[in-house]
Amino acid sequence: MNPILNVRQLTMDFGGIRALARLDLTVNHGEIAALIGPNGAGKTTFFNCVTGLYVPTSGDVFIHATPEKSVRINGMKPHRVTRAGLSRTFQNIRLFKEMTALENVMIGRHCRTHAGIFGAFFRNRATRDEEQRIIHDSYRLLEIVGLEDQVNFRALNLPYGDQRKLEIARALAAEPRLLLLDEPAAGMNSQETRDLTSLILKIRDEFNIAILLIEHDMKLVMTLSERIFVMDYGRKIAEGTPEDIRTNPDVIRAYLGEDSHA
Amino acid sequence: MFHDKAGYFFELFIGGLTKGSIYALIALGYTMVYGIIELINFAHGEIYMIGAFTALITAAALTAFGVTHPLVLVSVSGITAVVYASAYGYTLEKVAYKPLRNAPRLSPLISAIGMSIFLQNFVLLAQTSNYIPFPNLIPPLPFLEPVSHIMGTVDFIILCTTAVIMILLTFLIRKTRIGTAMRATAQDKTMARLLGIDVDRIISFTFITGSALAAVGGVMVGSKMGQINFYIGFIAGIKAFTAAVLGGIGSIPGAVLGGLILGWTESFGTGYLTSDYEDVFAFSLLVLILIFKPSGLLGRNTTPKV
Amino acid sequence: MIDTLLKSLRTALWFMFLTFPILAVRIDSLKNAVTVRWPAVIILGAVIFLISVLWHTAGLVKRSWFFRFDGFKQFIQRLPDQDALSPFMIRTTLGAAAVFMISLPFFASSYQTNVMINALLYVMLGLGLNIVVGLAGLLDLGYVAFYAVGAYLYALLNLHLGIGFWIALPMGAALAAFFGILLGIPVLRLKGDYLAIVTLGFGEIIRLILENWDRVFKGPSGISHISRPSLFGIGIMESSVHHAIIYMYYIVVVLVLSTFFFVSRLKHSRIGRALLALKEDEIACQAMGIDKMKTKLTAFALGATWAGMAGVIFAAKTTFINPASFTFMESAIILSIVVIGGMGSIPGVVLGAFFLVLLPEYFRELGDYRMLVFGGAMILVMVFKPRGLLENTKPTVTYVSQQTGPDTP
Repeated sequence: MNPILNVRQLTMDFGGIRALARLDLTVNHGEIAALIGPNGAGKTTFFNCVTGLYVPTSGDVFIHATPEKSVRINGMKPHRVTRAGLSRTFQNIRLFKEMTALENVMIGRHCRTHAGIFGAFFRNRATRDEEQRIIHDSYRLLEIVGLEDQVNFRALNLPYGDQRKLEIARALAAEPRLLLLDEPAAGMNSQETRDLTSLILKIRDEFNIAILLIEHDMKLVMTLSERIFVMDYGRKIAEGTPEDIRTNPDVIRAYLGEDSHA
Repeated sequence: MFHDKAGYFFELFIGGLTKGSIYALIALGYTMVYGIIELINFAHGEIYMIGAFTALITAAALTAFGVTHPLVLVSVSGITAVVYASAYGYTLEKVAYKPLRNAPRLSPLISAIGMSIFLQNFVLLAQTSNYIPFPNLIPPLPFLEPVSHIMGTVDFIILCTTAVIMILLTFLIRKTRIGTAMRATAQDKTMARLLGIDVDRIISFTFITGSALAAVGGVMVGSKMGQINFYIGFIAGIKAFTAAVLGGIGSIPGAVLGGLILGWTESFGTGYLTSDYEDVFAFSLLVLILIFKPSGLLGRNTTPKV
Repeated sequence: MIDTLLKSLRTALWFMFLTFPILAVRIDSLKNAVTVRWPAVIILGAVIFLISVLWHTAGLVKRSWFFRFDGFKQFIQRLPDQDALSPFMIRTTLGAAAVFMISLPFFASSYQTNVMINALLYVMLGLGLNIVVGLAGLLDLGYVAFYAVGAYLYALLNLHLGIGFWIALPMGAALAAFFGILLGIPVLRLKGDYLAIVTLGFGEIIRLILENWDRVFKGPSGISHISRPSLFGIGIMESSVHHAIIYMYYIVVVLVLSTFFFVSRLKHSRIGRALLALKEDEIACQAMGIDKMKTKLTAFALGATWAGMAGVIFAAKTTFINPASFTFMESAIILSIVVIGGMGSIPGVVLGAFFLVLLPEYFRELGDYRMLVFGGAMILVMVFKPRGLLENTKPTVTYVSQQTGPDTP
């Protein structure tokens, strides 16, 4: 096993409320894993802690971009986490709405490119070349998610499903080793969800990266995931293959409520 | 008689308290409007100035018609000032802000700056650019005679009025139907609308209330300083806004606290250090507090929702 | 129709009531006499009534051939869309503008040229603030502080050390940038309106220090006899004020053009894109690997740089400066230039600057009324064109399919 993300005893308190309680979680290279659980279980909080938007109360988060190199990222600023090889999408889409699809993806390239103020003002050769490469790479990513025809459309004019795909393309532009998707299928119809399933598989195979997704659509989760983590009340209550999870009594209880004897 | 040093301290303390109360009265208008529509109402200082002018004009007119009874003078000119300031506040919102409800965030701010310039120049042209003496409306209260070097009659009246207004305002916001509607609107406009609250009416009401408070502040400043001109609203507005931010904008107790702290800072700063840098003290305090407490003293510290 | 008239009458009466005490009642405090100016109130009422009738019958007016309200509106709305103008038209307009700008000093009086220098100075300030407000979305209400830094730096260096304009210009830029970073580090963590008030406070602090620290800054009376720029190290222009103004004019034209050049390049660069993105969504930006603080500081320092340069030019142009030139009102006007022109739009800033500087200038016949008109115009522009006169709609990059070759559809 070759872990890319290693989370140990992660705890997050908001005032007196414990949103995450001593969470352990490992995602391996090239793996598609899912994080599921009822609403309010702490899944998005987990993403926010891992990506540096929240500073966890205690615990450790490591990224192993390569087997030899491991970086402890808890408490690190979000932009440095992204640079360390982790990028994400958001549950409530956070695109740059006034910008075009292309520009959105180009922003994603920011942390892998270098042109500074000097380059901006004097537009030397290196800057021009880099700019062309950014445009080219960004266009390629839009092709992969199937948005090449909307390249010059403003993000706010795209239909909902396309906005989700654009967010994925933008996240990919940061060259992550692990891609975190927060409810990528929310608001999609069944045809769109099927397309998304194949897109996620395609991304994993083409870029050879790991994907961790939060999702409520069980069909998508069960089809895609190699491993599933189940959370409830900020704790991890189960972990395993889709088969294990389907039959786990704790999981059933969490989903159907304490009182039911299903 | 107080010991000299202690006497000086109390003088500064009361001076700061009076000044702070007036800042607080104006700051309330900023904070209430900001709480509801997230707009820095730059023309609010002008409303305060217009309140002061209206009181002055009314008092002069009454005197010219031979009314000299101090109680009549004070109450009639005070009420006229409040009514007019409220009417200006209401109209201001309808003309300059309401059409911009869905515009980019900076547009209403520019419209507000335009309104501020407009109103200043309106008063300048219609009246005069010179300082006009403000009539001494309030006769000295005899029982304050022994402490008059520390607290004058006007100071006393300012403190009492401010205290009463604060209590009334708290009651209005906490206990009345319209107060509840205001709080609901401040939290979530869409939801408030769905629950049948007439949001436009609430916004108008907020402007009217804030303007009325500013007018009270204007009348009291006029009485204390003894003179006014068309430009007083600008400085007072900036200071009061500073007070509102200091306390945490959107928070009503915050505006009061911010106003008082600002008043004391200026009073003690000028009293013990140097009088040249009165405004520097105010702004330095603001910068320092915001650096260490980015959402003001009593402002809500929110974790970004992602 | 009756309904409209009643409505208008109500509006007119309301405004008559509103303006009555201040407009109509004139007090003579010495003689303790009060005069009422009825005509003023009645005229105002009539004007409001007419405007209101016109307003409410806009539907009728719209259809009349005379007013062509719709066509006008369409014209205004088409303005921002630069694609709607043919390249030929753009080139012709730009060419005509260039000829006009170059030849202006030959046909205009010194006074006119001076007014133009002023307008161009505001273009420069507007473009600088546009980086901070228009691109990065940081509301800076104390921009004038950096302007003051540049102006006083040159004035003091010139006074004590006799340093000339050309050396002071880059020094002013650098010092202002330094101040920008110095202020930016603590305050850029603040969001939105808190940032606005702290920058306002900072601007006031700078002005008050200039006013009160007499020994260094000469207090409210300011510093005079600042040298005008020299040409190749020779102060030949000292002889004739007229020539000095013309020389100054060309300096400003060149500096404004280079500002244009740099700012538009910045906007279409990796950094510029990051600034625009930062304005839209800070959290998404950080998640995309953009260093929020560093990017904001860059914007702040760049904006300050141009303010510093403009300050040096201002001091050299007027040869006299005092704190009264650096009040909050100045910041407000520069901000208005950016917003009225259209946030983030470079031609917009130019239009905004000319609008706000030349309008009061050429309406001097209006005398005292010009500031009233100015305030009113600001409100009107915002109410009818909330995104500014020239809305910024063009993306920084447009993908053209030939660019990548084979795999393009």
